[in-house]
Amino acid sequence: MAMADTIRPTAAAVLETRGPARPRNMGQIIRWLILFAGGVLMVMPIAYMISTSLKWPHEVYDVNLIPKEPTLENYTYVLEDGRFYLWFLNSIIIATITTASNLLFDSLVGYTLCKFRFPGRMIVFIAILSTLMIPTEMLVIPWYLMSQSFGWLDSYWGIMFPGLMTAFGTFLMKQFFESVPDDFIEAARIDGLNELQIWWTVAMPLVKPALAALAIFVFLGNWTAFLWPLIVTNSVEMYTIPVGLSGFGDEADVAWELIMTGAAISTIPTLVIFLIFQRFIIRGVVMAGLKG
Amino acid sequence: MTLYRNLTIRQKQIVWAWAFLAIPVLFYGVIRFYPTGTAVVISFQNWNLLGDRTWAGLENYRELWNDPVFWKVFRNTFAYLLIGTPVSLLLSFVIAYHLDKLRFMHGFLRMLYFLPFMTSAVAMAWVWRWFYQGVPIGLFNNLLASVGIAQIEFLNSTTNALPAVLAPAVWAGLGFQVIIFMAGLRAIPTSYYEAAKIDGVGWWTVLTQITLPLLKPTIVFIVVLSSIGFLRIFDHVFNMTTNNPGGPLNATKPLVLMIYDTAFNGFNMGYAAAQTVVLFTILLIVSLIQLYLLRSD
Repeated sequence: MAMADTIRPTAAAVLETRGPARPRNMGQIIRWLILFAGGVLMVMPIAYMISTSLKWPHEVYDVNLIPKEPTLENYTYVLEDGRFYLWFLNSIIIATITTASNLLFDSLVGYTLCKFRFPGRMIVFIAILSTLMIPTEMLVIPWYLMSQSFGWLDSYWGIMFPGLMTAFGTFLMKQFFESVPDDFIEAARIDGLNELQIWWTVAMPLVKPALAALAIFVFLGNWTAFLWPLIVTNSVEMYTIPVGLSGFGDEADVAWELIMTGAAISTIPTLVIFLIFQRFIIRGVVMAGLKG
Repeated sequence: MTLYRNLTIRQKQIVWAWAFLAIPVLFYGVIRFYPTGTAVVISFQNWNLLGDRTWAGLENYRELWNDPVFWKVFRNTFAYLLIGTPVSLLLSFVIAYHLDKLRFMHGFLRMLYFLPFMTSAVAMAWVWRWFYQGVPIGLFNNLLASVGIAQIEFLNSTTNALPAVLAPAVWAGLGFQVIIFMAGLRAIPTSYYEAAKIDGVGWWTVLTQITLPLLKPTIVFIVVLSSIGFLRIFDHVFNMTTNNPGGPLNATKPLVLMIYDTAFNGFNMGYAAAQTVVLFTILLIVSLIQLYLLRSD
């Protein structure tokens, strides 16, 4: 099946559609209705989470989706407690710094491996590639020991350091730098720019879509990361949103509507980001999924 | 600086390249390779974090082999994989196949299926955990009760708990797979379909003779990615069964949760490290199978 290997999906194609704009026959209408019903089922858990977070305690166990008397009482209660505020802030800080670091280093390494010819290039390339095979779960014990001996436990640095660079991001960027013509770089060199300037002012602006896709992935990944933050944090003030929410849910006296409120607080930001940048994120998913 | 100026262009390039790579190479060495080595070394030692590290040879691996909990966990881990991967593959293909043929409000439908992918596993685990509670709390049992069907024990039953924990994991990953499948479907040139139409071939033949064979790279990619995801399942299990993580009676405990428990509740670092080596080996085999399936023949 040699043909199968030559046909590769492309990112642009997924956003275009085939076929007639409106369903023409009965078959198409039924297909649309079934897919619509399935899609509604898919968002039900999210809808119930948000709806329950807006309900008064006495209404929480009713199965109706629309709250009879919507209230923001649960949000006031959860935020006044103060911890979610702190966890939210921690998650924002950690995800932002990690994203910035990945954008900087993954693109620098990707660029170097793509556009420079130097002794040791293949070794570095294969070494970084091989780290894709090492699961995080294998590294958490050594990372914990490392953090313990350097005093990184229970700190922002401790939560962040394992993810500051990723092999996935490096290869994504390397793939995209392939599309930057060598002539551009050569011309910039003749103009007297040094290599750092060429990377930053010539090559980087040409791969902005890839940088944006990488930013979304790294941010989302760190926003939802659970295992390592759970291990490395001890004090309530250092928890990230997922770790905090997990502990919050475990407190026996916490009511379900408050847990749903906490869950909503941790989910709504990423949902809003998605609804704003929808086309863009879907293109990014395809690009990253197929090139990374 | 004069030293730098005397270099040839090629030599300057080498200097720049290594200057750019210095910090990353250090990072990958210290944060990825060195810990990998440490994990393997610790797996041959006995260590409870406080006392001395003593060499244990293959003792941890022997203990693992004889540990009934490990085999239970091993079966669970593969149950997540063997149920989760085919179910999510089939669902996402069927959705993508039909969605691909629709244009009316296409973007809206796609959004509905993709939205769960943007949620946090911990948050949604708690939502599903609430759904699964008994009457009068949980949504599912309340719905069943309202139509007069007997209650179902979800998370407290040793047989139902694992699929119940798996469901939100499949749900959250579905949208991603649908998007990847749609990209794969779009990459198939329409000329193949037009040729089939001229020949008067039925839809089933088109599906099995054109669509599926041409989707092979996409299918392999999705199978491997979701397999790796299900083999590493942790967030959902930890949060849906928190009072007794991995319960009831270890019925839902996956390998990563066992590693976490052994290392950070039991502080048996050597034993936990041996488990991580086993996980690494399993994931390596899955990746090698992918390379084998995608080799150009």
